[in-house]
Amino acid sequence: MALRQSTRRDRPEVSVPVTGLVKGRAAGTAATVGLAALGLAGCVTVNAPDKPIVIELNVNIRQEVIYRLAADAGDTIEENADIF
Amino acid sequence: MGLTMTKTKTILAGAAFALVLGGLAAPALAQRDPAYAAARAAGQVGEKMDGYLGIVGAETPALRRIVDDINIKRRAVYSQRAQANNATLEEYALTAGCQAIAATVAGEKYQAPDGSWQTRTAAAPLRDSRCP
Repeated sequence: MALRQSTRRDRPEVSVPVTGLVKGRAAGTAATVGLAALGLAGCVTVNAPDKPIVIELNVNIRQEVIYRLAADAGDTIEENADIF
Repeated sequence: MGLTMTKTKTILAGAAFALVLGGLAAPALAQRDPAYAAARAAGQVGEKMDGYLGIVGAETPALRRIVDDINIKRRAVYSQRAQANNATLEEYALTAGCQAIAATVAGEKYQAPDGSWQTRTAAAPLRDSRCP
């Protein structure tokens, strides 16, 4: 039961496309409230696959970090041509 | 005379040592393992967004071995470079993934932002919007 509840609360954030995480969170909260308002019958219909979770991990990595590391990563690939 | 001989010997030994060192250093810029190169060219393996290699079609033990071997080595390199750059392993790996996908040549496979496998063409690859 506890697992179901957490699923219901978390999934709307996770399953929303990467482009609008903040928006997605707000929408997710709204969706949760909406679902709760509908009553107890058949709330758990959001069955997102595992895939979006992987993407969500990456969302935490900011573009500026990637830009800072880009040159070094490029060199690393050239210097380790056997494994790239 | 004896002293000169010793000196010459030392110089020769030094030269030989340098040759050996040079020989040892050369493999650092080694080429891909033939099995890996073949799998890559055949599109059986591809570059994932996360900076690691993935199996594109049906998995075989041989492909799994190649991919795991490469990925373990990549991870070691990433973790070393990440530390040197005050970044996390995931941040560095993702950045390297951007670069590795950009470096694919036509015919090779890579993973698009939606998770699907794509074949690289002459056009720019489909990459994460954060890629430089």
